[in-house]
Amino acid sequence: MSFSTRFKLGLATAAIALAMGAAHAEDRMKLKIGTEGAYPPFNNLEADGTLTGFDVDIAKALCDEMKADCEFVTQDWDGIIPALQAGKFDAIIASMSITDERKEKVDFTNKYYNTPPAIVAPKDTDIKGVTKEDLAGKVIGVQGSTTHSNYAEATYTDSDVKLYPTADEYKLDLVNGRLDAVNDDIIVLKEFLATPEGACCKVVGTIKPDPKIHGEGAGIAVRKGETELAEKFNKAIDAIRANGKYKEINDKYFDFDAYGG
Amino acid sequence: MSMAADTTRVERPPAPPKPWTRTRIIGWLLVAFWALAGLGFVIYLYNAWNIDLVQKYGPRYWSGLKTTIVLVGLSLLAGALLSVPVALARLSRNPVVNGIAYAYVYFFRGTPLLAQAFLVYYGIGQFSAELKAIGLWGFFRDAWNCAFFAFTLNTAAYQAEILRGAIQSVPKGQWEGADALGIRRWYTFLRIILPQALIVALRPYGNEIILMIKGSAIVAIITVYDLMGETRRAYSRTFDFQTYLWAAVIYLLIVETLRNIWDLIEKRLTRHLKR
Repeated sequence: MSFSTRFKLGLATAAIALAMGAAHAEDRMKLKIGTEGAYPPFNNLEADGTLTGFDVDIAKALCDEMKADCEFVTQDWDGIIPALQAGKFDAIIASMSITDERKEKVDFTNKYYNTPPAIVAPKDTDIKGVTKEDLAGKVIGVQGSTTHSNYAEATYTDSDVKLYPTADEYKLDLVNGRLDAVNDDIIVLKEFLATPEGACCKVVGTIKPDPKIHGEGAGIAVRKGETELAEKFNKAIDAIRANGKYKEINDKYFDFDAYGG
Repeated sequence: MSMAADTTRVERPPAPPKPWTRTRIIGWLLVAFWALAGLGFVIYLYNAWNIDLVQKYGPRYWSGLKTTIVLVGLSLLAGALLSVPVALARLSRNPVVNGIAYAYVYFFRGTPLLAQAFLVYYGIGQFSAELKAIGLWGFFRDAWNCAFFAFTLNTAAYQAEILRGAIQSVPKGQWEGADALGIRRWYTFLRIILPQALIVALRPYGNEIILMIKGSAIVAIITVYDLMGETRRAYSRTFDFQTYLWAAVIYLLIVETLRNIWDLIEKRLTRHLKR
């Protein structure tokens, strides 16, 4: 009798310990966040392997707000939605614009920022504006699979639109003179203009966002049907907007409110 | 004679019974598995057939396919021309000439094509001011030219090794025989050695072409939108995996066509060896 009782007791203790462990784990939700890591100042993989940027800081603030343990995973832009669907991570916080095309594949939270796109060209450029006519016959660089590439291909039909795998490559080609202009988010471009390489170039103008192409701003993508997680993120976004945490991060990077109107 | 033939006629022995050994069963199971997989693939493509998708991206696939074929075709031709002097240099007894050719082949066979394309496109781009000064920037400014340049250098290194191996595989006696007949060395090389070497080189050449076609799929990274680049673009718009399946089918068709052409050429070239 003694052996079996002790055995049962032991089993019960183990079960209780397990249950408590599980309850504890539920308190701290575990999340894997996917980001690109090649889109400064929003997300950038530094030389020492750490991730920095507005997206990353916002993600960390949201995780704190949601009492979640977050782990970051970097993933090439082209494959970032398939990787989310395949469960490599649970949410994408990578300056992803909320568009109808993407909404068919993933669910989005509300926006967490919204900034306009812009055109940047060498300082001695003869490009006067950002319309189709202004850029006719020019070579325009843009990152592929982005709202900016969709916009450039749809709008600048008289120009030669070249698609690059990441923003780093079109910057190289703008500096070495293969490109007459590049099109991307104003903040990304301003960050580039502030670097020594970016000294070659200037902002020609900003583009009025086309809601059909550019969407309603950058949101957090989660797998289709995970509305509970999206709601948690929405609450957390509202919370950090309200408690000043958002402003603190915003001011670290920008001299205006990136949240937009 | 005919009598002897009559008397020595033997009945063909009956075919031995084929037992169902384990290997045979495994073989049949594997064949069945692949047949089912192939059938499933065809059924999937049939069900996934989406006329909107085909109408929207079909022309882009076509333009990508043309880019792939023209780029690879021209690179292979230019590489073939370049490979002859490189192969001869590799065969040279002059240590300097041989060393240079060896280093060239060593570098281009030892590094990935992706890295070479990247180096040519973005690396040379860093020296745009210097290149402008010597008038070469017009060539290297264009992404297609850079891809052509990198592919040519890459395939020339491989083709040179194929050619060298093939030339060395021709027995020395062929050279000696020609010498004994007083045939000039250059003529010996062109008319006696090279034709025999090319038979040996034929299959490796075919492999090299197939490898180049598949290797060219990386070229979208330097903004040349070939078949694979267009596929990735279509996928990034639709997130539909059949875009990649179509690309796979097209690549398969190209390779299968080439394989058949190569069989024909080999049949023709080796007809004197038939028994």
